[in-house]
Amino acid sequence: MTRSPVIAPPAPVVIDGRTSWWSTADAVYRLALARGRIARGPLLFVATLQSLGILVLLRGVVRHPDRATSAAIVAGGSVLVVAFVALNLLAQRFGAMRAGRSLDYFAALPAPVSAVVMGTAASYATFTVPGAVVTAVAGAAMFGLPFGQLWLVLPAVVASGVALSGVGAALGLLMPRAELATVAGQLGMTAVLFLGLIPPGHLPVVVRGLRQAVPSTYAVDVLAAGLRGSATPGGVLWRVAASLAYGAVTLAVAARAFRRAVAR
Amino acid sequence: MSNAAVVVREVTKTYRDGGVRANDGIDLDVGSGEVFGLLGPNGAGKSTLVRQLVGLSRPDRGRIDVLGHDVVGTPAVAGHLVAYLGQDEPALLDLPVRSAVATTARLRGESRRAAAAQAADLVDELGLTVVADRPLAKLSGGQRRLACVASALAAHRPVLLLDEPTAGLDPVARREVWAAIARRRDSLGVTVVLVTHNVTEAESVLDRVAILDRGRVIACDTPGRLKAAVSDDVRLDLVWRLDPPYGDPTVSDLAARAVVTGRRWTVRLAADEARAALGRLTTGAAFASLDDFTLATPSLEDVYLALGGRDDDLERV
Repeated sequence: MTRSPVIAPPAPVVIDGRTSWWSTADAVYRLALARGRIARGPLLFVATLQSLGILVLLRGVVRHPDRATSAAIVAGGSVLVVAFVALNLLAQRFGAMRAGRSLDYFAALPAPVSAVVMGTAASYATFTVPGAVVTAVAGAAMFGLPFGQLWLVLPAVVASGVALSGVGAALGLLMPRAELATVAGQLGMTAVLFLGLIPPGHLPVVVRGLRQAVPSTYAVDVLAAGLRGSATPGGVLWRVAASLAYGAVTLAVAARAFRRAVAR
Repeated sequence: MSNAAVVVREVTKTYRDGGVRANDGIDLDVGSGEVFGLLGPNGAGKSTLVRQLVGLSRPDRGRIDVLGHDVVGTPAVAGHLVAYLGQDEPALLDLPVRSAVATTARLRGESRRAAAAQAADLVDELGLTVVADRPLAKLSGGQRRLACVASALAAHRPVLLLDEPTAGLDPVARREVWAAIARRRDSLGVTVVLVTHNVTEAESVLDRVAILDRGRVIACDTPGRLKAAVSDDVRLDLVWRLDPPYGDPTVSDLAARAVVTGRRWTVRLAADEARAALGRLTTGAAFASLDDFTLATPSLEDVYLALGGRDDDLERV
């Protein structure tokens, strides 16, 4: 006896519009930020210390570096802070959310998935700003670079934050297990470390092509140009645009992976 | 019951990992404004069915309509109609209770101001004021569950889908939850579908109940009609203080038919036979060995077992 004959077929109830994209992204951003206040403060400290340590090491190892080399090292070190948080930690976070079924909470709500991914990614990217700025300022002082165009660290952080958090989110959501998401995040950060910190002129020719495929390269080049004092509006704009385009594609991939992870 | 709020037809779901058939041709109708329960032991397929009702999982075969909308074809529609409470809500653990409730309200389309007002009301309604500003992760299990219920109730939805809403709650908190649900049913006509493996709860709060076993609905009706239809037997529970006196003919007769759990014996008997046996036990020498005894009419657990349910891990609280 599983059906009740007294029940009549219903007329579909009218559905209101879904929760707006911006409203969702804002709510998720605040949710992730609240979590970050608890969990990511010490990690950001570690990320900043790691980059500063690398800069100190390279300052000691590289004798009489020219301005281009110095600028590349400092820019790479600053963007490494972004990679540590927005790529590595975000990949781990999404991997853990997938494994722990946290995605169900969002998927059961009338909220756009792309906004959920974007809100989470944006909160991680936001956390990187102080560390990246501190590293850029300290690095410029350490290597004797001009401060005139150091404000370019902000567009560089935004550009790399968008691009790398897109990659981090996609890696975390695509990996079938949380451990693999952690490994993928670490490998991604290692790629940013080597291809971002080592000046392009010092890289083997084969690897130089690979450098252009790494999403943070464009942000590194923006900041490096600023640290050399040779940034041009056109150069900054196209590199930031390239980073944003990279981020848009990877965030779209992440949103698709989110839906697939929930429906598995 | 004039309209069906939820219609489930021939829903079948097999998990690829291990090939477990979690749902096997399930048919159900849940009336508008009904409090409808899914009762069954762990692994019966209750949570799988609920996840499909809210569009989180897709059946291999079958149809699910919620308030006239096809949830299988358009899973995203479920979020507009259904408030879902999973078995846990890890996404909210780091948020303070008030923020968790407000965040859910906002993600259901409420403005920031309306979400904050609703959060304040829900925190008050469910007795969470004292812990309103503490993160869920820092609360006791029962308080955390209560906070998750508050979050599920944020922003009105015509259907509430609750997976073990009172698991881990103390009796006072259970009553708070049932009162909150009843208020929404009475004033807003909300339909409630909930998962439980608590027999006592199922008997006391549900309008109708579907009993699931191995992915199939083995019975579906009001708790009273289900119990009346299955058997006139009653259940005699005996708890022995000392070793049972097997020399007593009544004790030896019951021993042969009892389900023994430690010092507790559970025997199902015809009402007359049970009364007579209990009379002999309480007036004879065996009474000195008895610690406690109860005589009860059939429960939904008895219904479940009488209908061929395999496991007996239903909870009685």
